[in-house]
Amino acid sequence: MEQQTSQIQVKPADKKKIQKIWKVAGILSGITAIEFIIAFTIGAGTAKTFLFIALTIWKAFYIVSEFMHLGHEKRSLKMSILLPLLFVIFLIFIMIYQGSAIYDMLNG
Amino acid sequence: MENTAAVIDKSKQNVWSGGIAPMKASYGKLMMWFFLLSDAFTFSALLITYGLIRFSHPAYDGTIADFKFSQEYWPVPDKVFEAFPGMHALGIESAPLVFVGIMTFILILSSVTMVLAVEAGARMDRKEVEKWMLWTILGGFTFLGCQAWEWSHFIHGSEMSMNAVGNIITGAGLSQNQYGPPNFAALFFFITGFHGFHVFSGVMLNFIIFYQAMVGIFDKRGHYEMVEKVGLYWHFVDLVWVFVFTFFYLI
Repeated sequence: MEQQTSQIQVKPADKKKIQKIWKVAGILSGITAIEFIIAFTIGAGTAKTFLFIALTIWKAFYIVSEFMHLGHEKRSLKMSILLPLLFVIFLIFIMIYQGSAIYDMLNG
Repeated sequence: MENTAAVIDKSKQNVWSGGIAPMKASYGKLMMWFFLLSDAFTFSALLITYGLIRFSHPAYDGTIADFKFSQEYWPVPDKVFEAFPGMHALGIESAPLVFVGIMTFILILSSVTMVLAVEAGARMDRKEVEKWMLWTILGGFTFLGCQAWEWSHFIHGSEMSMNAVGNIITGAGLSQNQYGPPNFAALFFFITGFHGFHVFSGVMLNFIIFYQAMVGIFDKRGHYEMVEKVGLYWHFVDLVWVFVFTFFYLI
């Protein structure tokens, strides 16, 4: 065991890699700050909602691709994680439609 | 026998015919990814349920300035989540979304320290892994503390509103709440609670990883892949919060 531990070699930090991590962190914080500004300057409406969703997906892209490293994995791994999520998009549409139908039934 | 010994030409072999890892990821890492995919479905279902129930209730259509809590329509989130610890002592009447914004920053920062721990692990740098894991654990606990305060404030309430039969309600429970329709509070407890439970288990996993790094288990093993796997889980928790933040607090 002693021999094994003495064999460990600590590699020096890769400055560029660490810089990239902080850059992504800056982007994520920046997008969150923009979301705050939008929350207090633009009036409620479809445009605001879509802006929020777009910014959220942008943030999600950076987290998944850089922090979770999925952007640098094999294509087959990327697709096995991303393609099943298409079902979620389908579910969003049918459930929002269903919600409006319930509203019409109760209030129409 | 010598004649039958097969010489396999690796270059002509199909990547999916076995014997090699076609996705270039270990078993543990793949299984973590597929677990996270199933967890993503669970959270999607919860957030889509929020959408369905919100769309089946009337929306408030007046101006934000005139907004009053009512059981008749879905509340405007800026008006529900406007408290901040000690804000009345500072003379601030309302601070919409400030507290939840700080929580978001804390979780993003703890995600960053986790990436730095993974990066240090790839270099076999035990000291750095310990340092960044500690920061990540601290961030996780701070987030949980903030959430505990937010839940307590939400449950105890501040203003009063009337329910359908004319009784006065303060605060929120599962059957009724001061902010709006009963389902509003029920969804708040379910969604942020389920996410908070994930943060809690994430902090526990992070602590185990910190401990194992500290006692030298990964050094003996010769790699720090466990840090990477738990890192995936921790980033996922941050990812879910990004969506909860948008759909519960912003829209």
